[in-house]
Amino acid sequence: MSDRPKLAVWKFASCDGCQLSVLDTEELLLLAERVEISHFLEVTRAVVAGPYDISIVEGSVTTAHDAERIREIRASSRALITVGACATAGGIQALRNFGDVEEYRRVVYARPDWIETLATSTAIAEHVTVDYELRGCPVTTRQLEEVLGAFLAGRRPAIPAYSACVPCKRQGTVCVTVAHGTPCLGPITQAGCGTICPKYTRGCYGCFGPSESPNTAALAAQAQELGVERPELVRLLRSFNADAEAFREESKRHE
Amino acid sequence: MSEPEPEVKTIHVEALARVEGEGALRVRLRGDKVEDVQLEIYEPPRFFEALLAGRSWLEAPDITARICGICPVAYQMSAVHALEQVAGVEVDGQLGALRRLLYCGEWIESHALHVFMLHAPDFFGCADAIELAKTQRVWVEKGLRIRRAGNAILALLGGRAIHPINVRVGGFYRTPTRAELEPLVPQLTGARDEALESLEWLSGLDFPEVEGDWELVALVHPDEYPMIRGRLGSTHGLDLHVDDFEEHLIEAHVEHSTALHATLAGRGPYLTGPLARFALNHERLGPLAADAARRAGLRGPTRNPFRSILVRMVEVVQALDDALGVIAGYVQPPRPHLDPAPRAGIGRAATEAPRGTLLHRYELDAAGTILTARIMPPTSQNQPSIEADLVRVVEAFAGELDDAALTWRCEQAVRNHDPCISCATHFLKLELERLP
Ligand code: SF4
Repeated sequence: MSDRPKLAVWKFASCDGCQLSVLDTEELLLLAERVEISHFLEVTRAVVAGPYDISIVEGSVTTAHDAERIREIRASSRALITVGACATAGGIQALRNFGDVEEYRRVVYARPDWIETLATSTAIAEHVTVDYELRGCPVTTRQLEEVLGAFLAGRRPAIPAYSACVPCKRQGTVCVTVAHGTPCLGPITQAGCGTICPKYTRGCYGCFGPSESPNTAALAAQAQELGVERPELVRLLRSFNADAEAFREESKRHE
Repeated sequence: MSEPEPEVKTIHVEALARVEGEGALRVRLRGDKVEDVQLEIYEPPRFFEALLAGRSWLEAPDITARICGICPVAYQMSAVHALEQVAGVEVDGQLGALRRLLYCGEWIESHALHVFMLHAPDFFGCADAIELAKTQRVWVEKGLRIRRAGNAILALLGGRAIHPINVRVGGFYRTPTRAELEPLVPQLTGARDEALESLEWLSGLDFPEVEGDWELVALVHPDEYPMIRGRLGSTHGLDLHVDDFEEHLIEAHVEHSTALHATLAGRGPYLTGPLARFALNHERLGPLAADAARRAGLRGPTRNPFRSILVRMVEVVQALDDALGVIAGYVQPPRPHLDPAPRAGIGRAATEAPRGTLLHRYELDAAGTILTARIMPPTSQNQPSIEADLVRVVEAFAGELDDAALTWRCEQAVRNHDPCISCATHFLKLELERLP
């Protein structure tokens, strides 16, 4: 038996992208020296029974079965960290929360009655207590390393909650809104991705979710001045973090 | 549930490891004969086709990328090509070459992940790559470096390795300068050497003897090993324009999770993926990959699914070589993208995801709003053939292997096809089917 902390990785409704970031974290072989990987189905067929010191959860809750499963996982985990837009805000699949899941079922499946699903896709924190939520679609390996390192050391992760504009300006990236009139969610989106989109001359699409105290109304007004029509504005606010509160509420004002 | 009769044996792997996404498999055996086999998928549906309706066509590449974090570029590429078909534009020249470069990055990272981290451990009786590294560390490390080389292409050209942000209808948001691409060259060259060595290492593995009789389906193109262009061809004479795919590749939603049957109209199950690409296109491999394939014992098409690990590695060599070729011939195009105007219509495209052919169809209105979307991922197409493989594998080895070993062999038979269950799941029935 090992005295390393036991790490488990769990998947709910998701694309696997955030788990893949776990796999790339400081490379798997090094990670395996620091923790005992006890449940990580994407990587290993060896499964160690709980309880677990740290559980990392990817994905959102979309079925009754999964709503139950997350409670069991919570009960067997000392710390529970959710990773990614799916787990922290319901993900792109939370678009159903604004529509009619029955319609969704009919569009995709020949026999909708065979499909078991909830009407909503929800963040893990709506079901159980979560010790830390890491944002991004996907999360970055760098931030994931920080969070894991912090939990292993028993300290708070140092992840800034300010907007993506802060590092964008600091890096001297040309502002796509000022220079090209491109709508950009940067001012209301949490930093952390490395402000990639403006560097590639496109507007931020908000995959890290709302920053702390985002001025969504000002952003919406600015976008409209740039000529963004209301349906487009709603779509802009409703993508991978559509059901994050600040984005959701602002989007409703423009429906 | 009733008690099974004494001679009936059930193999049940609750949670299938080392596949993308989550699934389970169930095999029921009477003596040496398989009575029933089920590859169960318990991924919850995410309804991508439904949530795309009402979105702008320009959003489709970013949204469909989220179907799969392992092969987002495949989704982006099938999406943009289908959408550009509606608009009546063709992205070629240097922009087309850059798209191929990006796709090469994905083939490299995805295949390296599967070969070294997910598939190779089976051949050594290891639970995972971490255990494998105890005896084969240099090879696992080579695999990680090869994977990093693929990710480096994605990060540079796409902005990040997972869900790249730089793919746009009409081209890219920003194209790299030559000087920006150059630093990839030493890394890719090193990875290509290591891929060649790795292929030699892998060719020495012990491959269980079993052959599939599947109809193999892949894109076929007269000038290149297929990735983005071509017609749909098969080992049994299929030759289709991609526009006609819906009449020939039929999906049925039937009750129980194994039963999303993609079949060829009037012909039955088929298999896409590396084995199919290689069977139909090995003559169009570049000289380096072709020679490496020969040295690895792949003198022609192989029907042994366990040997798919070799074919994947050949494709890694090909993709690395291709990527270096694109960089060598690169001249930054004058504009990063064409400006196609939306128009009403339907567009279809197929590209070769690492796991197999990925088909998209979109119907747009004149403003470019998506009215309907249809996505056929490789795993949902392959599922009936994977199940057929399980029957063959169980019947071939039930006599000589004990239960634990047979169970493992079954898992391996599924992993042979690198199924991406996250992708396939939005088509599948999700309740666990219990044996009667
Ligand atoms: S947050 Fe994005 S990258 Fe992460 S699992 Fe969900 S869809 Fe995938």
